[in-house]
Amino acid sequence: MADRIVTAEELAQQLRAVSVAEFFEKNRHLLGYENPTKALITIVKEFVDNALDACEEARILPDVKVLVKEISPDRFRVRTEDNGPGIVEEKLALAFGKLLYGSKFHRLKMSRGTQGLGASGSVLYSQLTTGKPVRLVSSTGKDIHEIEVTIDVNKNEPRIVSHKQERNPNKWHGLKIEVETEGRYIEGRQSVLEYLRQTAMCNPYAKIVFEGPNGRVEFERAVKELPPLPKEIKPHPYGVEIGLLRRMLSTTSSKNLLGFLTSEFSRVGRGTALQICKLAKLEPNKKPYDVSHEETERLHKSMQMVKLIGPPTDCLSPLGEKLLEEGLRKETRAEFVVAVTRPPSVYRGNPFQIECALAFGGELTAEGSAQLFRFANKMPLLYHTSDCVTTESVVETDWRRYAFSQSSGQLPQGQLAILIHFASVWVPYTSEGKQAIANYPEIMKEMKLALQEAGRQLAIYVRQKHKMHERQLRKELFEKYIPELAESLEKLTDDKKEKLIAELEKIVKKSGVKSEEDGKTTGNDKESEKTGK
Amino acid sequence: MEKRQETIKNLKKLGSKVVGEIDKGENPSLDVPIRTLSNVKYDTTRRMIMMGTGVAKRYFFNVGHVRKFVQTIEAAALAKELNEMGKHLSLREAFYRMKRTLPDSNINLVDEQGESNEAIEDLELITDASRELLHINANKLGSVAGKVVIQDKGDVIDWSKLGSGGWSIPSNVEDIIFKKVDAKFIVYLEKAAEWERLHEDRVWDKLNCIVISSQGQATRGIRRLLQRLSIEYKLPVYILTDFDAYGWYIYSVIKYGSISLAHISGKLAIPNARFLGLTADDIIKYDLKKHLIKFEEVDLKRLEQVKNYDWFKNNKEWQRQINMMKNEIKGKAELAALTSHGISFISDVYIPEKIKRNVWLD
Repeated sequence: MADRIVTAEELAQQLRAVSVAEFFEKNRHLLGYENPTKALITIVKEFVDNALDACEEARILPDVKVLVKEISPDRFRVRTEDNGPGIVEEKLALAFGKLLYGSKFHRLKMSRGTQGLGASGSVLYSQLTTGKPVRLVSSTGKDIHEIEVTIDVNKNEPRIVSHKQERNPNKWHGLKIEVETEGRYIEGRQSVLEYLRQTAMCNPYAKIVFEGPNGRVEFERAVKELPPLPKEIKPHPYGVEIGLLRRMLSTTSSKNLLGFLTSEFSRVGRGTALQICKLAKLEPNKKPYDVSHEETERLHKSMQMVKLIGPPTDCLSPLGEKLLEEGLRKETRAEFVVAVTRPPSVYRGNPFQIECALAFGGELTAEGSAQLFRFANKMPLLYHTSDCVTTESVVETDWRRYAFSQSSGQLPQGQLAILIHFASVWVPYTSEGKQAIANYPEIMKEMKLALQEAGRQLAIYVRQKHKMHERQLRKELFEKYIPELAESLEKLTDDKKEKLIAELEKIVKKSGVKSEEDGKTTGNDKESEKTGK
Repeated sequence: MEKRQETIKNLKKLGSKVVGEIDKGENPSLDVPIRTLSNVKYDTTRRMIMMGTGVAKRYFFNVGHVRKFVQTIEAAALAKELNEMGKHLSLREAFYRMKRTLPDSNINLVDEQGESNEAIEDLELITDASRELLHINANKLGSVAGKVVIQDKGDVIDWSKLGSGGWSIPSNVEDIIFKKVDAKFIVYLEKAAEWERLHEDRVWDKLNCIVISSQGQATRGIRRLLQRLSIEYKLPVYILTDFDAYGWYIYSVIKYGSISLAHISGKLAIPNARFLGLTADDIIKYDLKKHLIKFEEVDLKRLEQVKNYDWFKNNKEWQRQINMMKNEIKGKAELAALTSHGISFISDVYIPEKIKRNVWLD
């Protein structure tokens, strides 16, 4: 069959807007649904992340319940429930039935979700695999609304299947989400349970109850205070990409460039704005939407050239050393925990802050490598461990200086757990799946500094413990040999055994260790004699 | 009796020193002369290995020392007991006598005989009393036959009238009295099998000599016996060993003394001892190359050590022998290989010829 020539007109007929929902359907792997196991984790994660974000913004100590019920080996009912502020009725269907609909995309503020793609993506995935609608129950304290929603994949619009309204005499507020989805449930290093455990670790002010196929697990609240609420900030000129700048120019309500620069960016005052305009050879009162493509490039370049102080960092909400310590101690049952919160820093105009905590001993396993817990904006990262800057920073830190063994290019060995938290208004994930943080030199440097500081504090404890342990062993050893020496000496000199034992034990108690050290300086500890022929 | 009282006094003194330190609340210690190559010196005028002055402090309150410390004191207590009773123990028996389990543990005071042996050797050095004075004996190893009559514990023994077994050499030969010595020289053999060959051939009768053997390294009893005969009766001592580094080191120990017993070289070493064979030249001359045994790595390592000992380093003839073994012959050989030239070749030809022609190494 000869090739048929396609005309431009025919091609044009095939051109049409691709709905985001349709795009998602074909690219589910980008969003964490590439296999049934991961899909189940992602669904739980999206719902729990939203619940925690909502509670924190409303300054409510989160109570989150998660249910995963097996309907058949590859089909599950997932239900989450929170005590957050709830969602008003008008927005309820939109929030879960329309992709890229969210409150967080257009702002620069530290939060878990950003794109409005997470929860609705989960709804879409379950709809695609089982055909069942999502059931939503919400109240803001007034009436309780229960709706069932499906997503119209072509139009990217919610379709309400049913709607019930009930009185709410107990003034319950919060949100319940229930979906039925394909998936696979496992337990282990990358599982729903592990995700919740780590979430509890990094959100010690939350209580999380999990009812899974293998029973109920409760993660208790360790502290009763929320970390301070992060503030929203405007972008810093150093962190703005040219594309974003162009978009901002076309959507701003400012009348002229001067106004645009001073009101849409942080750290830009009148003087700086005039300087930028001068460098870009642009009139300060030029209308923003009149700035041409070429002029935008000049403007962007000038914005990088002016001297500016860093962006404000009060937009960050680190956990703080106390919360981190509590969280890690609670979930690892370690005997010693130390946490370090670094001062805020900036990468590419984005403020960020690194925190780390080290746990040692206790119920941690002594075999093999240290455990590493990675978090970005309080969310656990379970996948792509080796591609993540957190892992690289741990590997590049010399743990032998802190009394742990380590082969080069590897995690340290021993009874050690390492937690690293990256908090920022913008987390530079290596991919859409949001599982690994990209390696920017500023981030790497801060992580290593945090690890070193915590390492130094831990080393003091570990060395002390080694010493105590050695001392104890030494004492036990001498105590075993004392009666033997006394007995031999009694035979040799007729001095009474009991008297000698008492005297020797006195020496052990008083200065056994000191004498030991004397011995080391005058004689060789390991005697060099060997058997001759 | 006097000797025993002296030893008991010595041992008690050691105990009292330790008790004194304990009474004062100090860390009890022992001064143990160091018995390693680093603390021996080859005395070129006396031609024997002498002990240096290096002393290691051994503390009770030191994790690395405590075990040996108690072992040494226990050895002293045992030696005192033996002297008081007038009895002797073998090294093996002493091991069992010292072995006991520490209460509430699975630790034994001594786990193997090597440990008790060392403790006893250390005690000899600390108290300056030989093992004989401590009443602890090595195992009997080795036989002797020849034209000699001795007296031992009141019994008169003629070394030429002891059937096929010969006289077995005790570990302590100090009190043996030589009644009659007709022999003109001594032949020492590393291997008991070769001794039996020579005894069956009645070499001691034919050549008018004494034939002595050990099984491997010569014991103190044998070495002291050889030394006494060679000094008291001016008898030359001819040494025969296998052709390998270990055999040659047996010769070295008999002649110059050993590193671990360097403190009593004066009572054991025989600087005039002569090495009769097997030499590298013998391998060529007696065409033993076809009976060579391959070197193992340890053989070469040992050979290198022997080569570098002070007492071999400047001996041109021995350096030549060692280099020949290493580079030319490249293998080892046993005395028994001489049998390939005839059952009694060693007795009838090899030994008499070499002695007659004075072909030996110093």
